[in-house]
Amino acid sequence: MLATLLIVFREVIEAGLIVGIVLAATRGVPGRGLFVGYGVAGGVAGACLVAAFAGEIAGLFQGSGQELFNAGILMLAVGMLGWHNVWMASHGRTIAQEMRQVGAAVASGQRPLAALAIVCGVAVLREGSEIVLFLYGIAASGGTSALGMLAGGTLGVLAGACVSALMYLGLLTIPARYLFSFTSGLITLLAAGLAAQAVAFLQQAGYVDVLTATVWDTSWLLADDSVLGRLMHTLIGYTDRPSGAQLVVYVLVIAVIVGLMRFTRAATSAHGVRASVGAAAPVPAES
Amino acid sequence: MRILLATPILAVALAISVAALAADEPAFELSLKEHKFTPAEVTIPVDKRVKLTIKNLDATPAEFESHAFKAEKIVPGGGEVSLYIGPLKAGTYGFFDDFHASETKGTLVVK
Repeated sequence: MLATLLIVFREVIEAGLIVGIVLAATRGVPGRGLFVGYGVAGGVAGACLVAAFAGEIAGLFQGSGQELFNAGILMLAVGMLGWHNVWMASHGRTIAQEMRQVGAAVASGQRPLAALAIVCGVAVLREGSEIVLFLYGIAASGGTSALGMLAGGTLGVLAGACVSALMYLGLLTIPARYLFSFTSGLITLLAAGLAAQAVAFLQQAGYVDVLTATVWDTSWLLADDSVLGRLMHTLIGYTDRPSGAQLVVYVLVIAVIVGLMRFTRAATSAHGVRASVGAAAPVPAES
Repeated sequence: MRILLATPILAVALAISVAALAADEPAFELSLKEHKFTPAEVTIPVDKRVKLTIKNLDATPAEFESHAFKAEKIVPGGGEVSLYIGPLKAGTYGFFDDFHASETKGTLVVK
């Protein structure tokens, strides 16, 4: 029962933290609960499917289907998170203003909501399929009674959900003015971390054969298998023994997302300035 | 234009060198039966990328995992998987079945 509790707790936290960040990042956007709910429900359904076909997936592409599948859905999440951030960079201000005018933001908020629903979905899909496989393995080997497994699993889900909810509530204590810039930063690091995990899978499958050596070892300071290490792994992609290729991709993803955000922000504000200058005609141009 | 031409040539060269690298990695094997690794200790060469194959002789799924040398791969019941690890420095590295983490453990010796 304890083993079940621990593994379910661990996987639920990993997916729950991502859902919590998404909920905080979409605060005040109408309809977000529904989208995130669809994402989570889709993830749960997908997790059962993935677990049922785990053998087939593992056998695909000369036995590296599992890594390609994982790397693929991780990169999908990276793309969606990046898109959300870039979209927020140009529309964030409008949304913040329109949040007061209830309803006006609905139409403009839908598109990144769909992207974030996918992020929630793939997070639940990945961690959920591990839970399903693990529970199936325990049940099949007859290690614990069905009742013990059910109790452990339920407690694990509840405890994981509690930690995720605390993290979400913690994020909400940040004043609304700073919340979006904070969650944008968090999502950028989250995306970079997911991309680095994708690289690890590609290296394991033999598709990436450059810079595979470990660059440094900080396991004495913060180990990946400690509770805090796992939290940091999920949130910012911390790993105690990163490979060179992981570091390169991590930095690259941050640079690309921040660069695109700056670019769109500059483009939209330049556009805004020109429009207001045009409206107030007799203002000198050099200001 | 010159860059446009160079890109596919570079890509092909990279693909060939990657394929060549993948071909001559030393291969090692271990099996999993009744939630025990055999052999429980695998020795691999230092600073060398190796291919490790895990055969699961049990009917239940396992997840071959190591924090020390960063591996994570589900081994379906009755199935087998291969993965690449390293290059690693000399030392001993632990690995385990994440689905039976307390009972199913093994050691990788790099020397």
